[in-house]
Amino acid sequence: MKSLGSIRRSFAPWADPKSVPFIAVKNVTKKFGDFVAVDDLSLNIYPREFFALLGASGCGKSTLLRMLAGFEQPTSGEIILDGQSLAGIPPYKRPVNMMFQSYALFPHMTVENNIAFGLKQDGMPKADIAERVDQMLKLVKLDKFSKRKPHQLSGGQRQRVALARSLAKRPKVLLLDEPLGALDKKLREETQFELMDLQQELGLTFVVVTHDQEEAMTMADRIAVMAHGKVVQVATPPEIYEAPNSRFVADFIGDVNIFDGTVSSVGNGTVEIATETGFTVRVASSEPPAVGAKAGFAVRPEKIRVGRDRPACAPLNAAQGEIWDIGYLGDMTVFHVKLKDGKVIKASSLNAVRAVEDPLGYDQEVWISFDENAGVVLKD
Amino acid sequence: MSKFGSALFNRLVIIIPYAWLLFFFLIPFFIVIRISLSETAVAMPPYLPVFDLASGIGGFIDNIKQFSIDNYIWLTEDALYAKAYGSSLWIAAVSTFLTLLIAYPVAYGMAQAPNTIRPTLLMLVILPFWTSFLIRVYAWIAILKPEGLFNQLLLTLGLIDQPLIILNTNWAIYIGIVYSYLPFMVLPIYSSLEKMDHSLTEAAQDLGCTPIRAFWRVTFPLSMPGVVAGCMLVFIPAVGEFVIPDLLGGSETLMIGKTLWNEFNANRDWPVSAAVATILLLILVVPIMFFQHAQAKADGEGR
Ligand SMILES: Nc1ncnc2c1ncn2[C@@H]1O[C@H](COP(=O)(O)OP(=O)(O)OP(=O)(O)O)[C@@H](O)[C@H]1O
Ligand SMILES: [Mg+2]
Repeated sequence: MKSLGSIRRSFAPWADPKSVPFIAVKNVTKKFGDFVAVDDLSLNIYPREFFALLGASGCGKSTLLRMLAGFEQPTSGEIILDGQSLAGIPPYKRPVNMMFQSYALFPHMTVENNIAFGLKQDGMPKADIAERVDQMLKLVKLDKFSKRKPHQLSGGQRQRVALARSLAKRPKVLLLDEPLGALDKKLREETQFELMDLQQELGLTFVVVTHDQEEAMTMADRIAVMAHGKVVQVATPPEIYEAPNSRFVADFIGDVNIFDGTVSSVGNGTVEIATETGFTVRVASSEPPAVGAKAGFAVRPEKIRVGRDRPACAPLNAAQGEIWDIGYLGDMTVFHVKLKDGKVIKASSLNAVRAVEDPLGYDQEVWISFDENAGVVLKD
Repeated sequence: MSKFGSALFNRLVIIIPYAWLLFFFLIPFFIVIRISLSETAVAMPPYLPVFDLASGIGGFIDNIKQFSIDNYIWLTEDALYAKAYGSSLWIAAVSTFLTLLIAYPVAYGMAQAPNTIRPTLLMLVILPFWTSFLIRVYAWIAILKPEGLFNQLLLTLGLIDQPLIILNTNWAIYIGIVYSYLPFMVLPIYSSLEKMDHSLTEAAQDLGCTPIRAFWRVTFPLSMPGVVAGCMLVFIPAVGEFVIPDLLGGSETLMIGKTLWNEFNANRDWPVSAAVATILLLILVVPIMFFQHAQAKADGEGR
């Protein structure tokens, strides 16, 4: 696949064939009775990586995480952590800690004792425990709440205690199962950035499970999109968004318009697809499918222009339709345009100026158009 | 419903338990206290004074003046009573402890069992209640007597060559109490274990506890409310238990329930038996009130 250039930070051990994965999941299958929850799955996660597992409910994310933590044993396959096979190693001997989906705070212990719990198990001297607990409390900004019990805290505070508790032992890997699921939107966004800072600061490897794609995009270095126990694509957020490798990923991440059709010609670095909608698209493609093959074309709403005038590229990459629906979201406006054959597509435009003279209105005849590199070819 | 109506409704709902307590506990209790302050008489009812509406206020006051605490003084003078209280408390405590030892694993196993078979297990725990309590206690006589089933089994297995004397000893009482009260211990412990979040033990293991340590540091402390409730449900009735010591215990077994029965039926001394009952209630209620007070305080401290 084509790489899309600069990533958020110049951290890309996965691109370097010499780097050794910290966690290697090798052909792992997990069956519950006859039901296959994780299906012949392989993954590499690198040291200091912030890795997200993203997928619909029931696709096996938690099961994979629980196998990393040691609560479930793979039916077949192997997991290697830091060069050592985890087979047969019980949860309490793994250098891995987990932040539970439900937080799982001990209700009979104060915040302080919850955080100190793992340290006491290790037989750390009392003074060192107190110091570490203090440090963790400061880190999650809960110093004032050390003597409270979990039921006396708000949801967000509980979540931070759970985080502090799982970080207190300085695990090599922190597993987070939907860590922010219970928080409201604003707090969630704040906490996402806090988590990222923390991970950078402590230099840990994070594996976070989520079914919120925005959350995964914001936090992760790489995202693994899962479906039915398999990994469909592993890539950086921009790659996943701009170059999905399948219809499933394109559809799962963000909004997308997909046009089905047949490849009509292949030129140098471009493909032309005659769509069922009636117009032809020309797309940049480095590995084009053969002429006559079925293919799909996926394009994101923000890459589609909507205008009254016939675009210069027409009839390529352009189609006529009428405005069917308008959604004003403040920062942008979403248009639903009904094309001639009845297909409704989504296009969005940024509201860069405050008041537009003569804005587009309902039922108006418009042209939609996009550039050659606006979308991707889907072969499946 | 109007706001006023619903406030009234709320009050009425609160009144129900208090009314229950008043009619079925406090009023009978005051009657018992009142009898305990009276004097035996060969009459019907067998005590004096007897209140009579016809004698009016003056008669009422005269009657009150006749009340005395002689019966309570009598209880302190005869060492028999103190011994009976002491041995009742001891037997109840030992039995409660033994019941806990057996009930906890049972409840734990039930809580760990798959969801589908839990209702069946619950049924099995309460199944003994379907036969009469008395018959079940009698059945233990057949099992425990020297030529009974238990001894025959041990003899056949060659584990002993002389029958064990269990019947008519304290051990028979322990067995009887443990057997009869087991469900009262199992059920509250089961309910506290069953609602516990399984991820808590996983979290404990994740943080470095072996499964056994995770049990002692997390599961057991969190099941304490069930353990306390179960212990009270067993201990309190066991202290005053009459049928089990009477049928299974020996003649020299001293328990307050038996003493009370003797005073009431054999001696027909209602005032002394009322005093015995009153003291028994105080012995049980006062520590429990202290305990609850301490707990409420401990709960409040975390806030
Ligand atoms: N102990 C189990 N026994 C039987 N089936 C199980 C068990 N645990 C999980 N499963 C099944 O395995 C599948 C994957 O479950 P998993 O918990 O990994 O999903 P998930 O991706 O984490 O979903 P969610 O986003 O809802 O948390 C589900 O269909 C679930 O029903
Ligand atoms: Mg899950």
